[in-house]
Amino acid sequence: MAILTLTIDGEQVSGKDDESILEIARQHGIHIPTLCYIDGLAAVGSCRLCLVEIEGSPKLAPACTTKPQEGMVVRTATERLQRHRRMIVELLASEGNHQCAVCVVNNHCELQNLAYDVGLTYVRFPYLFPKKTLDASHKDFIIDRNRCVLCTRCLRVCYEVEGAHVWDVAGRGINCEIISGLNQPWGDSDTCTSCGKCVLVCPTGALIEKGEAVAEMEKKTDFLRFIVTARKKKEWINMDSDEE
Amino acid sequence: MTVEDLKELAEQEQERQRQFTHRIFYCSAAGCASCGSSGVRNALLKALKEKGIEKEVSAVGTGCMGLCGEGPLVRIAPDGTMYQHVDEAVAQKIVDRHILNGEKVSENLVDTSSPFFSSQFKIVLENCGSIDSENINEYIAAEGYASLAKVVTEMAPGEVIDEIRKSGLRGRGGAGYPTGLKWGIVRKAASEQKYVVCNADEGDPGAFMDRSVLEGDPHRVLEGMAIAGYSVGANQGYIYVRAEYPLAIERLRLAIKHAEKQGLLGNRIFESGFNFRIDLRIGAGAFVCGEETALIRSIEGKRGRPRPRPPYPAERGLWGSPTLINNVETFANIAPIIRRGSAWFAGIGTPKSAGTKVFALAGKIRNTGLIEVPMGIPLRRIIFDIGGGTPEGTEFKAAQTGGPSGGCIPTEHLDLPVDYESLTTVGSFMGSGGLIVMDSTSKMVEVAKYFMDFCVDESCGKCIPCRVGTVQLYNLLDKISRGEGTVDDLALLQELGTMVKETSLCGLGQGAPNPIFSTLRFFRQEYESLLRPVEGFVASPNAQKTTTNA
Ligand SMILES: Cc1cc2nc3c(=O)[nH]c(=O)nc-3n(C[C@H](O)[C@H](O)[C@H](O)COP(=O)(O)O)c2cc1C
Ligand code: SF4
Ligand code: SF4
Ligand code: FES
Repeated sequence: MAILTLTIDGEQVSGKDDESILEIARQHGIHIPTLCYIDGLAAVGSCRLCLVEIEGSPKLAPACTTKPQEGMVVRTATERLQRHRRMIVELLASEGNHQCAVCVVNNHCELQNLAYDVGLTYVRFPYLFPKKTLDASHKDFIIDRNRCVLCTRCLRVCYEVEGAHVWDVAGRGINCEIISGLNQPWGDSDTCTSCGKCVLVCPTGALIEKGEAVAEMEKKTDFLRFIVTARKKKEWINMDSDEE
Repeated sequence: MTVEDLKELAEQEQERQRQFTHRIFYCSAAGCASCGSSGVRNALLKALKEKGIEKEVSAVGTGCMGLCGEGPLVRIAPDGTMYQHVDEAVAQKIVDRHILNGEKVSENLVDTSSPFFSSQFKIVLENCGSIDSENINEYIAAEGYASLAKVVTEMAPGEVIDEIRKSGLRGRGGAGYPTGLKWGIVRKAASEQKYVVCNADEGDPGAFMDRSVLEGDPHRVLEGMAIAGYSVGANQGYIYVRAEYPLAIERLRLAIKHAEKQGLLGNRIFESGFNFRIDLRIGAGAFVCGEETALIRSIEGKRGRPRPRPPYPAERGLWGSPTLINNVETFANIAPIIRRGSAWFAGIGTPKSAGTKVFALAGKIRNTGLIEVPMGIPLRRIIFDIGGGTPEGTEFKAAQTGGPSGGCIPTEHLDLPVDYESLTTVGSFMGSGGLIVMDSTSKMVEVAKYFMDFCVDESCGKCIPCRVGTVQLYNLLDKISRGEGTVDDLALLQELGTMVKETSLCGLGQGAPNPIFSTLRFFRQEYESLLRPVEGFVASPNAQKTTTNA
C-alpha cells in the first residue's frame, strides 16, 4: 500500500493506492453523486453517475471503480459531467414508475435526492413504464419492481454480506428484472433468512417493509459499514457518533 | 511427435495427394451447404464410382470459396477451374466432361481472372477452399504446425513476441489493438496460471468471417493459439464460439481431437516442456458476450455482463488470472507471420495497418461473399472491382462498416483507403469486417433505426445510459421516421446520443449512437426532410447554418 497525491477539482489531496477516487474525494469533502455504489459492498460501476474526467484520458471514468495514480488530475463537476448526470437521472425517471406522492419512502428516497442534486426539473422522454410485477409473498417485505432502478445493491448485500444469494438479475436490456431464487415468489425462497438487509440498502421504494404508509419509511445503510469493518478489521465502530 | 515426424507426415500427405489425377473441391461451408452442397457431394461421389475413377479422383469438402452468392461452388485441382451454381446434374457433367474429357463445363464456369479473384490477397483464407478442413494431414501438408514446431523448438517466448510486434499485426476483433503489445503485457504479468482465449462470438449482423475461418481451416486457429500460449506462458486455451455455428463447433471439436492425437496439443508438445490444451465453450449468442469482460464471465459460467476496465483481462481475466484474448482472424495470422517472417507481413497493407482484412460483402452488391484484401485498398475497389458494384439499374449510396458500432461511408469518400485510422476519420470503424452496401433505395433514418433496434435487443441492461438510452434513442428515431419529430427531437437525439456514447460502460453502448451520428453527418437532409414543422413557426433563412454542424 502506498500513499499517492492527486488533484481533485483543483485541490491537492492524498489517498491510498487501493482506494477508489470516490473514496478519496469523499474523505476530502468533495461530493460526487452516486447510485449503485454503497460503502461496504463491491463497486460495480454500473449507474455511471460518478463518472469523472481524468486529464489526459479521452474517456470518462467511474470514480467508484477507478484507482488513483500519482499526479492524477481529476475533475468531478464540469459542465459536461453535470449535463450527463442530469440526463442519466432523467432516463431513470422515464424508465420506471416513480410516482413519489404515493410512495412509502417519499422524502427519504435516494433517487428523489439525486434528482434534486443534479437539478432535474422535467423529463423530456416518453415514460416507458414497462409492466413489472409486485411481489408481496414474503411475510415481512414487499418488492415492487416498478420502482426498481436496477442498482443491484440488494443482490450484492445478500450475496456478499448475508451469504444467501436470494437475488439475481433476469432478462436483458430494458427487460432486466431483479428476481428471487430461480424466479420464484420471495415468500417461497428457502435461502432468504428474512434479515432485511436488502430492504435497508435499496435506494428507492422498490424494497419496503410491510405495514408502512406513504412517506413513512426511512432507510439506514450505516449498518453495512459496521458489519464490514467488524469482519475485516475486527473493529467495532461506534455508529452513534457518526450520526449528525 | 518431433519436428522430423511432422515433416515426414507432410511429405506423405503431399505424396498421397499427387496420386490423384484430379482433386474436386466442393464447398461444404454454411453458405453452400444451405443451397445444396451435400447433394453435390453425393452426386460427385456417385459419378466417380460409376466411372470407376474414385481411386484416381478425390472429392473433398472444403471451407468457404468466397463467392457465396453463386453457390454451391466447386473447384478442380490442379487446373484451378471453378464452377458456380453446381447442382447434381452439373456435378455429373463435371465428371463426364471436365474430368474424363478435359473439356470445361462452360455453362457454369466462373471467370477466375476477374477482379473478384485477382484483387484479393489471401493470408488468413489461404487454405480456405483448398483443403479438407476435417483432415489434419491436409493442413500439415500445407505447412501447417510448422510454425508451432519452429517456435517451440527454436525460439524463446520473447523472440516470438518481438516477431509479432515487428509484423505490425493489430487485433481483428474491432479495435485494432497491437497484438504484440498485448502478448507482451500478458507475458509480463506475474502469475502461475495464465489463459489464452479465442473470441469466436462474432455477433455483428451480416458478419461471417470468423465462422468461415473456423469451418474452412480450424487448425490454423489452434496453431495460432498454441503459439500464443507458448509466448505468454499459458497452458490452457478456450475458444468461445456461439451455438449458432454448429458446423464450426463440429469442425473445431474434430480438429482439437486430431491435434491431440498427433501430440500437437496436450503435454510435451514437440517433446519440449510446453503443455497446451484447448477447450471449447459454447455461447448462447448474446452480442454483448463478444465484449471481452462479458465473455470471460460467460466462460466462468456466470451471466455475460461487462465490467469496467481497467483492470484489463491481460492483468485480471479468467478466474482472476492474466488472460490473452484475441479474435479468430488475429490468431489465424500468427502461423503465416512466423513462417514467412515479420518483414514480409509488415510489407503488406499500410505502415500503420499491416496485413490483410477479411470482409463479408453483403447488401446491394453483385458479388456477395467472403473476401480478403490488403489493408489500405480503396473502398471503391472493394465495392466496384471485387464486389462488381450495385445490381443493374441501381446506384451506390453508402457502405456500412463496423456493424452496430460503425458508420456509413457515402459516395464522396469512396476513394478512402480501408484501414483502421482512415475509417475513423470519416466516423466509421473497421469493426470485425462486415461490409454492407446500400443503394439509392435505402433510407438512412431507417438504417439508423435498424441498428438501434439491434442494440436495444442486445443491451445487457447493466448500465443506465445503454439500457434506457438506447430505447429512448430508438423512440426518437421512430418518431422522426414517422414524420412526427420536430427540430427539438432532432436536437435531443444528438444530445442523448452524445451522452450514451460518452457514459456507457462497455463498447456496445459507447458505439450504439455511431450509426446515428454517421448518417446525420452525411445524410442530414434525410432527417430534416422528415421533420414536422412546428405550427406558427417560420425558420429564419440563416437557421440552417447553425444546425448543420453534426
Ligand atoms: C459489444 C461488443 C461485441 C464484441 N464482439 C466481438 C466479437 O464477436 N469477436 C471479437 O473478436 N471481438 C469482439 N469484440 C471485441 C473484444 O472485446 C476484444 O476487443 C477482442 O476480442 C480482442 O481481440 P483482438 O485484439 O484480436 O481484436 C466486441 C466488443 C464489444 C464491445
Ligand atoms: S430492488 Fe432496490 S436495491 Fe435491488 S436493484 Fe432494485 S433499486 Fe436496487
Ligand atoms: S453499455 Fe450496454 S451492454 Fe455494455 S454494460 Fe452497459 S448496458 Fe450492458
Ligand atoms: S456509483 Fe459509480 S457507477 Fe454507480
